[in-house]
Amino acid sequence: MQEEWNGFIDGTWTDEIDVRDFIQKNYTPYEGDYSFLQEPTKRTLELWEIVKGLMTEETKKGILDVETKIPSGLTAYEAGYIHKELEQVVGLQTDKPLKRGIMPFGGYRVVKKALEAYGQTLDAQTLSIFTDYRKTHNSGVYDAYSDEMRKARRTGIITGLPDAYGRGRIIGDYRRVALYGADILIADKQEQLKQLDLSHYDSEVILAREEINEQIRSLGKLKKMANSYNIDLSAPAKNAKEAFQWTYFGFLGATKEQDGAAMSLGRVSTFLDIYIQRDLEQQLLTEEEAQELMDHFVMKLRMIRFLRTPDYDQLFSGDPTWVTEAIGGMGLDGRPLVTKSSFRILQTLYNLGPAPEPNLTVLWSTALPQEFKSYCAKASIDTSSIQYENDDLMRRYWGDDYAIACCVSAMRIGKQMQFFGARANLAKALLYTINGGRDEKTGEQLGPEFAPITSEYLEYEELIRKFDQTLEWLSRLYVNTLNVIHYMHDKYNYESLQMALHDADILRTQACGIAGLSVVADSLSAVKYARVKVIRDETGLAVDYLVEGDYPAFGNNDDRVDSIAYEVVKTFMEKLNKQKTYRDAMAALSVLTITSNVVYGKKTGATPDGRKAGEPFAPGANPMHGRDIKGAVASLTSVAKLPYEYAQDGISYTFSIIPNALGRSTEEQVHNLLGIMDGYFHKEGHHVNINVFERETLLDAMEHPEKYPQLTIRVSGYAVNFVKLTKEQQLDVIHRTFHEKF
Amino acid sequence: MAETGRIHSIETCGTVDGPGIRYVIFFQGCPLRCRYCHNPDTWDRHKGQEITIPELLADIGDYKSFMDYSGGGVTASGGEPLMQAEFVADLFAACQKRSIHTALDTSGYTSLEKAKRLLSYTNLVLLDIKSYNPQTFQHISSVPIEPVINFLEYLKSKQIPAWIRFVLVPGLSDHKPDIQQMAAYLKGFSNIERIDVLPFHKIGEYKWKELGYAYDLTDTQPPSSQELTDVKLIFQNYGFQV
Repeated sequence: MQEEWNGFIDGTWTDEIDVRDFIQKNYTPYEGDYSFLQEPTKRTLELWEIVKGLMTEETKKGILDVETKIPSGLTAYEAGYIHKELEQVVGLQTDKPLKRGIMPFGGYRVVKKALEAYGQTLDAQTLSIFTDYRKTHNSGVYDAYSDEMRKARRTGIITGLPDAYGRGRIIGDYRRVALYGADILIADKQEQLKQLDLSHYDSEVILAREEINEQIRSLGKLKKMANSYNIDLSAPAKNAKEAFQWTYFGFLGATKEQDGAAMSLGRVSTFLDIYIQRDLEQQLLTEEEAQELMDHFVMKLRMIRFLRTPDYDQLFSGDPTWVTEAIGGMGLDGRPLVTKSSFRILQTLYNLGPAPEPNLTVLWSTALPQEFKSYCAKASIDTSSIQYENDDLMRRYWGDDYAIACCVSAMRIGKQMQFFGARANLAKALLYTINGGRDEKTGEQLGPEFAPITSEYLEYEELIRKFDQTLEWLSRLYVNTLNVIHYMHDKYNYESLQMALHDADILRTQACGIAGLSVVADSLSAVKYARVKVIRDETGLAVDYLVEGDYPAFGNNDDRVDSIAYEVVKTFMEKLNKQKTYRDAMAALSVLTITSNVVYGKKTGATPDGRKAGEPFAPGANPMHGRDIKGAVASLTSVAKLPYEYAQDGISYTFSIIPNALGRSTEEQVHNLLGIMDGYFHKEGHHVNINVFERETLLDAMEHPEKYPQLTIRVSGYAVNFVKLTKEQQLDVIHRTFHEKF
Repeated sequence: MAETGRIHSIETCGTVDGPGIRYVIFFQGCPLRCRYCHNPDTWDRHKGQEITIPELLADIGDYKSFMDYSGGGVTASGGEPLMQAEFVADLFAACQKRSIHTALDTSGYTSLEKAKRLLSYTNLVLLDIKSYNPQTFQHISSVPIEPVINFLEYLKSKQIPAWIRFVLVPGLSDHKPDIQQMAAYLKGFSNIERIDVLPFHKIGEYKWKELGYAYDLTDTQPPSSQELTDVKLIFQNYGFQV
């Protein structure tokens, strides 16, 4: 055994790359309460003051500082520090804190546009490199896009496509850097390359060989990057401090190489706990120091930045990076994967105050230790910064060493990646059905000329039959578009470091998504159970709808409509499954919008449920605002009926409640919130964001943003600083169903 | 046996009307006309919608996991559920058969004979006492206090667990000696598990206007937290969990 592994129990992990085996053999489950937790050290407070100062300045200016010449990469910039003497975990994306690098390999246009938006200019020579010499992912995509694909993108029936920058949603197993050090990982990759010397070299083999060499090169660069901080990570980490540092360097390297929409962290806290535990037992570390390491690590994660255009920020609110960390869950052997470090990472919400990043995600099982559940519920009530996902459900699909990419996408760490595919706007697809493939806003013919619906009142059977045809067309167009994107991304903007932290053989998923599910379900329900009259303009385009009578709305645990929502998800998934995907990826589907429900709504005309043109959709799988009238538990029950089987990329529900509606005392509030989550997850709900605050707080924060720099709220699958939302998004959050009956 | 009940609405996530997460049924109709009522839309017993026991049970059954994990159950509220005592009794009997905890949120204004069967299927009574002073009681609620006292005595004789609720309304129910007397009187009741002192609020005021009723507490402010603490202390001094 390596000497750095002294004190660890050996297993397959000592002979091959197997982090899960290391964790299972060595971790210490913790079932106690949170009383051991420590407050921030003086050093932490001093350092955090500096960072908060920089962040305040950044909020005022939009961005604090930006590179204009040298493209980001593992070794592109000098080492950077916040305050060298105070930092216990070092490393920045560029040479200065919060300074943004540029990543033109995904597309120089976005870089150029973003720089210009902030009054900067892309260096002429750099620009010429990416226009005259080095093609980008974005240019490649546009060479292959069809006219129809471009139109679909423009009208917004398919949006959020990662065709202009990094695709993200890939999680390197950053723990491998700490456990094995770079040299063992490089040797392993070289062995993989040998295995790939096959008798027949086809494009698959050639691509794989090229990729592995890229991976080896990246691991070399990662060592060089660490060297610039006077750290040698050739060998395994030998103590907790190094384990934090090595793991962070792995992740940091990824964020220097890629500006993916979501750059998630994985599932590191219980892994790191093993090192802390070993040091604590040998009295090399105190609890206070352990918490300090966690605080400094998390502080760094909160500082990850990418250069985005202002309209991207409008879509996603603020500066999202989706540094998602999955916490807790149960092991396949029935032991909880909760350790003291599961508490320590949540404690950062108190030590550093609430924040959207890292995106703290508790993998919930009804069997989790009660004390841990209570601490989570308490932290949710105090900070609204946690999301919860159903481990009892996901463990059946993904085992006990998966993590969450972005918001709700589960993947086995180091064994699985996804081709991120954003969302198709199914509400718009329903309108295309009615209008025979014409866009309801522009009148433009987008899809094939289906026969439009011409009757005065919509008729359910006809609508369903024709909607099915629209979905058939849309799923084909959607997957083909994604095939173009991911082919080009692999070609021009390959994630060599992140993939170096994966096995050789991986499962790839083609992650598609749905926006507007509750609009579609309610529209179909209105047509079926009430009467919906179509209002057409002079060209025959249906532009508005009159709903006569009542209809059951999604979110009231009413099977008449909940079954419609179920069928829509299932039908669309089945159609996606029929498509041929790039690299034979397994198709998957999510019901998730993040905050883009506002922008999707804006781009979509009036719908047959009575929603007016331009009005926001509900986020993710949420029922439409104000239509769930039987209380939160009924709403949760409706959402829990949506089939994870057909939406394995995740189903997002955002739950907002005022404290008094959870109970009178703090203990009752914690107890009842636990009951809500246990009940919901027992019914196979997949995901829930928990927000607990007064509506008045939000109204006040709109008026006086300076008073609430850290006010954090959960949106679909993600959290944001409330004050960084656009006015429209703030109003959307405030108008969203708040459960406040008591 | 009553075939159908008349309800105002359902709240599936009740957290303050009994322990745990409660399926709260707001029954339609109330004989009281409390000046601070926040559900005046439940007064008229002809309004609302009809519902049957099987319909309710099917719905309630869907939420069993929420109740089980939180130690919750079903709460009949209103309005005044005692106005439909037969129906609620049947419902509670069926709930208990399914191991679902039952709570009755009531003013206690009833003839005892009507309530007895229902109470035999009730795990917990949430009893509103408007005031211990008979005149004030009548002034607030428009009905006399005697049936409520009889009801309370009956709960004691049957040892049915009860939570007392007292709404503190400045200028209406905040006379300290009355509150002292109420605490002293309640001390003799070993079935009382806790007393909730609820601050008056005006969340329901808009409903009065919508219904065209005259609301005479527009100028009344919620009690200060100091007043609330003082009143809670009175009950605490008599050994109650508040």
